Amino acid sequence: MTDILNALVLLGNFVLVPGLAYGSQLALGALGVTMIYAVLRFSNFAHGETMSFGAMITILATWWLQDKGVTFGVLPTALLALPVGIIATVGICLVLDRVVYRYYRREKANPVTYLIVSVGILFVLSGLVRFIIGPQDRVFADGERFIMKARVFKQMTGLDQGLAIKTTQGVTVVTAVVIVALIFWFLNRTRTGKSMRAYSDNEDLALLSGINPARVVAITWVIAGALAAIAGTLYGLDKGYKPFTYLGLVLPIFASAIVGGVGNPLGAIAGGFVVAFSELLLTFAYKRVIAYLTPGDWIPEGLVQLLSTDYKLAVSFVILVIVLLVKPTGMFSGKTL
Amino acid sequence: MSFLQGEGLYGGYGGADILHGCNIGVDKGEVAVVVGPNGAGKSTAMKAMFGLLNLRQGSVQLDGRDISRLPPQERVTLGMGFVPQNANVFTSMTVEENLEMGAFIRQDNFLPTMEQVFSLFPVLAQKRGQPAGELSGGQRQQVAVGRALMTQPSVLMLDEPTAGVSPIVMDELFDRIIEIAKTGIAILMVEQNARQALDIADRGFVLVQGQNRYTDTGQALLADPEVRKSFLGG
Repeated sequence: MTDILNALVLLGNFVLVPGLAYGSQLALGALGVTMIYAVLRFSNFAHGETMSFGAMITILATWWLQDKGVTFGVLPTALLALPVGIIATVGICLVLDRVVYRYYRREKANPVTYLIVSVGILFVLSGLVRFIIGPQDRVFADGERFIMKARVFKQMTGLDQGLAIKTTQGVTVVTAVVIVALIFWFLNRTRTGKSMRAYSDNEDLALLSGINPARVVAITWVIAGALAAIAGTLYGLDKGYKPFTYLGLVLPIFASAIVGGVGNPLGAIAGGFVVAFSELLLTFAYKRVIAYLTPGDWIPEGLVQLLSTDYKLAVSFVILVIVLLVKPTGMFSGKTL
Repeated sequence: MSFLQGEGLYGGYGGADILHGCNIGVDKGEVAVVVGPNGAGKSTAMKAMFGLLNLRQGSVQLDGRDISRLPPQERVTLGMGFVPQNANVFTSMTVEENLEMGAFIRQDNFLPTMEQVFSLFPVLAQKRGQPAGELSGGQRQQVAVGRALMTQPSVLMLDEPTAGVSPIVMDELFDRIIEIAKTGIAILMVEQNARQALDIADRGFVLVQGQNRYTDTGQALLADPEVRKSFLGG
């Protein structure tokens, strides 16, 4: 019995807890991508860099606050600085829309053109970020490091295995739940949210109903920018901020959005967790779990790891390919909010 | 001069003109029907009246006011409702949300209007929480008409409201359209089912190649042997 519990705690510590945190980060990122796709009808490859930009501004604000001696008690100071990051990211999204995307919207450019444009913006933003904060690693999480320490857990339960929950992981999951609830409330309960869904469903009919497209587009950028800043900051808090990693994040984020059904907010969230848990379950070394679950000295020689962690990114690729082959519309058929 | 009047309309989709000086009008409480062979410009005339294409010549007047240069959205605020032929509901949204979006430009309480729509189309009241995309063709048309009624228009324009629905549903829809007209709304519609549509029409316009060929009351057109022979299949 204790062996089974030990095995479960081991999985919880290395798969469940990090998976929930990483899944939440992907879900928030995918939600932004999916909203842009549903309303503006293009794949925004710059979303990862937008997240990076938001995290960078939040870090700068965090440093400023720390310099002034302001902290947030046991919670990371970055949460206090987050509103600054959100405002700046929303601002840059609106500026980019005004000076770049609006032109292509008026030209009625096709989605491929948009995609290339967004790749251009990706490079500009990533350059801007490196120019301002530099390419190095930045750890900006402060406050209490753990909600639950492995050692304390062991003492409490008397098990061999500990379950550690980092504050940043807890903060990530709670923030994600709150934000997702807010987004769904906005889309399904408010007039403005419903008008966004209507515009995403049938642009012509929305125009006939007197819905102002410029307003819908602006609100979409506000939401996407805010989501990017939040997701970027949470990811940076949890894993440390390094501009380079955000380029690699674009792939799992798009995989999440597509797995769930691009354009569908519920799908983006489900997709985020599917991708996160697939990555973790495929790259986890099962050796010790098997040792607990099998009698006596049946300890495997190898790590019993299906894939080396170096192949993490490939997991997203494979999921993407499988979904596109088997069910191209995703788990929840997408296209509209 | 009728309540809504298109005079000497010329225009098309950019290339050659499709409309060659056609006149269409409808008064409050009337049902006016535009019929004609395929490619006669029926739907084009309708779109021209609503501002969905640029007129090269001619004018559209609503209640004596020239609205020829106004964009469609402004015509909606002036009291014109338009039900397109295709994609005329928000498929992913519920019936109730569709009606709510119809009332988007209204700042006042639109719930009484929604109740009126529900009493006109009782089946929609039962399906109010269901996505419009899951409804049958006839029910969808009811949602589309209901959505346009939410602005409390004085003119309702319908582009082939019975396209793709069964004859029974068609009769039902026509009955509802007469009911709407009786409340004092002007109804202008384009129809493929010419015989049935002219039967309920106070005014009928037979268009051929973007021009008026015959204009009369619906009954008179139905009785006219020329019209019967050429357009109603004998």
